[in-house]
Amino acid sequence: MAISNVTLAGLTQTQLLEMHYSMTLLRRFEEKSAEEYTRGKIAGFMHLYIGQEAVGVGCVSALRPDDKVLASYREHGLAIVKGMDPGVVMAELFGKITGCSKGKGGSMHMWSNELGLLGGNAIVAAQMPMAAGVALAMQYQGLDSIVACFFGDGAVDEGAFHESLNLSSIWHLPVVYVCENNEYSMGMAVQKAWAVDSLLPRAAAYNIPYEQVDGMDVINVYESMKRAVERTRSGQGPSLLEVKTYRFRGHSMTDPAYYRTREEEQQWRTTRDPIGIFEKKLLELDPGTQAEFDQNDARATQVAEDAAEFADNSPEPSLEELYTDVMADNSIALSYRYERK
Amino acid sequence: MKTVEMPKMGDTMEEGKILHWLKHEGDPVKKGESLAEVETDKVNIEIEAFASGVLRKILVPEGDSAPVGAGIALIGAPDEPLPEGLAGNGLAKATVSPPVDLAKAEKTQAAPAQKPGGLLREETGPAYLQGTPQQVAVQPAPPTKDEERIFISPIARRLAEEHQLDYSSIRGTGPNGRIIKMDVEAALAQMQAVPAAPVAPAAPAPVEVPELAPVPIETGEVIELPLTAMRRTIAKRLGQSWQAAPHFYVTNVIDTGKLADLRRQINEYAEKDPAPVKVSFNDLIIKAVALALVRMPQVNVSFAGDRILQKKQVHVGMAVALEQGLIVPIIHDADRRGVLDIARESHRLAEAARAGKLRADDLSGGTFTVSNLGMFDVDSFTAVINPPESAILAVGSITPTPVVVDGQVVVRDRMKMTLSSDHRAIDGATAARFLQEVKRLLEEPFGLIL
Amino acid sequence: MRTITYRDALREAIREEMQRDERVFIMGEDIAGYGGTYAVSKGLFEEFGEKRVRDTPLAEEVITGAAIGAALGGLRPILELMTINFSLLASDQIVNSAAKFHYMFGGQPQIPLVIRMPGGGGAQRGAQHSQMLESWFAHIPGLKVVMPATPYDAKGMLKSAVRDPNPVLFIEHELLYNVKGEVPDEGVDYTVPLDRGEVRREGQHVTIITFSRMVHVTLQAAEDLAKEGIQAEVIDLRSVRPIDIDLILDSVKKTNRVVIAEEGWKYYGTGQGIAALIYEYAFDYMDAPVQHVTSADVPMPYSKVLERAALPNNSDIVKAVKSIVPPLLVHS
Repeated sequence: MAISNVTLAGLTQTQLLEMHYSMTLLRRFEEKSAEEYTRGKIAGFMHLYIGQEAVGVGCVSALRPDDKVLASYREHGLAIVKGMDPGVVMAELFGKITGCSKGKGGSMHMWSNELGLLGGNAIVAAQMPMAAGVALAMQYQGLDSIVACFFGDGAVDEGAFHESLNLSSIWHLPVVYVCENNEYSMGMAVQKAWAVDSLLPRAAAYNIPYEQVDGMDVINVYESMKRAVERTRSGQGPSLLEVKTYRFRGHSMTDPAYYRTREEEQQWRTTRDPIGIFEKKLLELDPGTQAEFDQNDARATQVAEDAAEFADNSPEPSLEELYTDVMADNSIALSYRYERK
Repeated sequence: MKTVEMPKMGDTMEEGKILHWLKHEGDPVKKGESLAEVETDKVNIEIEAFASGVLRKILVPEGDSAPVGAGIALIGAPDEPLPEGLAGNGLAKATVSPPVDLAKAEKTQAAPAQKPGGLLREETGPAYLQGTPQQVAVQPAPPTKDEERIFISPIARRLAEEHQLDYSSIRGTGPNGRIIKMDVEAALAQMQAVPAAPVAPAAPAPVEVPELAPVPIETGEVIELPLTAMRRTIAKRLGQSWQAAPHFYVTNVIDTGKLADLRRQINEYAEKDPAPVKVSFNDLIIKAVALALVRMPQVNVSFAGDRILQKKQVHVGMAVALEQGLIVPIIHDADRRGVLDIARESHRLAEAARAGKLRADDLSGGTFTVSNLGMFDVDSFTAVINPPESAILAVGSITPTPVVVDGQVVVRDRMKMTLSSDHRAIDGATAARFLQEVKRLLEEPFGLIL
Repeated sequence: MRTITYRDALREAIREEMQRDERVFIMGEDIAGYGGTYAVSKGLFEEFGEKRVRDTPLAEEVITGAAIGAALGGLRPILELMTINFSLLASDQIVNSAAKFHYMFGGQPQIPLVIRMPGGGGAQRGAQHSQMLESWFAHIPGLKVVMPATPYDAKGMLKSAVRDPNPVLFIEHELLYNVKGEVPDEGVDYTVPLDRGEVRREGQHVTIITFSRMVHVTLQAAEDLAKEGIQAEVIDLRSVRPIDIDLILDSVKKTNRVVIAEEGWKYYGTGQGIAALIYEYAFDYMDAPVQHVTSADVPMPYSKVLERAALPNNSDIVKAVKSIVPPLLVHS
């Protein structure tokens, strides 16, 4: 293995290769999930991150472990990148007790207190007000952790988007809002949905610093995010990043994507694949890294396989789990004074 | 489908017993035809059909009673479907009180007719008396045909079952005749108080006074006689009268010599009348009473709580003893009738009474009553006022009696009359003067025919 | 003991909890400088400062979401929504986030959040300001919904709510803020549990179940009924979710007759929900169907006479009781 002193954006070779591995892992994991879904092991709604790997990896790489992440339902990538074991993620997809949410959440609802992954939300934009609140808690307690809140171009049209930017701005909350603009909110093209075709005026409306980034280039994303994180962490208040990316698959597993052309998809896949773009960049720096790429790929594929196997072999939640965790004190709707058999 | 309802045939009628169905299920019926014979508290009547069609369903069988207004039969087209719950034999005793369709329940035969919303106070008689709950007696059951449900609240049913009480015999005081806890408790308490005899169950009526508590029967052999409607009514009404009205009595004695002479002369004439009739002493007494009432309308009254109602007409009732009890048909406008007319009318009424064929009109509207036990050798007696009247005249037998006239002892035919008056409406002097007037009219009897 | 108003009792609770725990803070529209629309937070801004007494912009959805986020981040916020009517704008966060997170994420997050808001009408505020919507929220697993009627309960239950690890909807009433009642002396730290009702008046003829402002109306009706010999047992539920079911059932087994008096609407409301529980658990003890005294099934009118007619009152309760208590029962 060639060791190079060359760095990119201040990252060492090792770090860069780690990022490559992360992106590859995300890709293989999502492909594996899709496969398991078609086999009936995963049900309900599942939203794949394929094509957006650079966003997740680039952004989360710029965070500290104590920083919090709030996401939408397209969250597998963010969960894994934040450090969640792929087996635990896959087990959650399979609805097993070994899943991060004990099988009670599924694809859209993953959480880890230790890793600071504060949810997947199915309600579009709902995470934005909560992100502001978590940021408030950090600020209130004098911590310098920050919050990274991920949402899509669809969330931009919700009232919560505007309310959250406004509140974060007036209270100078330490939150970086990252819009993963993949050009479509389900079937609605951004050109039809947005009154203005960039988020710049919206950020300006709330007096929030803004950057637009090419989301297919992980280094660009990383650098942008780094800037935003530093600014926010230093107490200057919230930041807004618009990361332009693309999802190669439909909105969810059940979406045949009639709203865009196959040519368009092909175009992105062949010429704008973030992994491909990154590999190209790294190869320019050091041609020998191809072997690393292959190794990463092999490892990622294996890890994805192992995750599926782990999930498959894990037990279902026991039926008692139906009634646990409703309330933090295990109370229920009826309060009894006497014992019931 | 038309429902035949128990008609109200008389102003005290509250329920009737089907004695005999004249038509059977499946028979064609024409409007106006008689459907059944019904026994009321006073008389037996025939019910007529108000609709034509086929008698599809008899809801109250022979021997059973139903309150006024309750459905007793259905008349409809031969192929018309019967309403829910009646087609086929349903439950004999429903053990669950279902959510009740109040409108339907009013049409069907759940116990006494109830107002929707279950305003308990208005609907039931005996249950809401001022008195102890023991008054809610174990009654002869409201008709428990297969199709009828008994409505009973869950707690009441449980209580009944716990005590092995057959609640089909309890009259419910809740809405739609629902048996409620209180009814079961009363029935249980009653069973403990009077183990032997069933107590006089009274038909529901507006009541101002408490009923008498049932007296336990002494030891020894006892034959239990169930009450007829008539007996029940007598017991109730006169019991009420006795308690409510403070009775006082004024008696006088009449020399009936001239009365007897007049009577003889009238009857001589009346024999030869195209419509012959026999005038009795009682007829003449009735006429005398009627004229006296015209002259003293303050005896022709009813006491109505906060006021006295003085009647403008004079309708005199004559007590008639029947085997089964006492009945008082009324001679309307007795003051305007001639003596022969009164005699004819009293004959007619007495006949009809004995045949059980008195009409409702014959029994209603009385303002004063004359009761005559003279034919039983009764010297004198006191009678109980017949509500809502305020006085009653009790007439004894005509007896040859030694009296003193001009210092000599002679024998005269004498008759005692006792006037019972309700002191709430009539005072002593009034009663006395009234009786005096009656006496005058009877002792100088030409006034009766002039 | 001393006598204070319901409003003062709330303020004392907030103050004492803020003094007790650094993580407790309050946020809401106009609660700081303005002192709160109903003056509940009056004086707190001066005492605790901007960090812990926060005015928010007029944006129910984000301030509720942010309160939830703050709780997720380790704080114990008390959010004031100006009225329950405006909570509809926040209902997504309340129902989909606050109520769900603990379950949906396998027990990991906790949301120790209190949302205070007055409900109900009677001050001619019109249809959009007079609703009593507790049943909507009481329907949702994951929430607690409480409605204290007295100053004692207001203070004790607010303290319990703040200390509770669950999201608690704390529903007050505009017309209760001035109600006076006894509370323990200053310095006495007491709490009232969030899952227990209270028998306010004992009786053997009928059970009247009620909560919030209607408790006071019901007690008045009970006095009127007593004059006619009817002894009503009045239960102040205090909490709608969870509900003190055994307290209710014990009473129903004793009296066999129930009236439920509430300010909300009848259909699919709290009263019908409680009645269904009674039928389910105590059917064999029922001597009559449950009677419901509620607001008229209309949007609340502004006009004084119409509003008065729409709201349930004393005589409605008396009438409902008398429709199921047989008179003779009373005299025996």
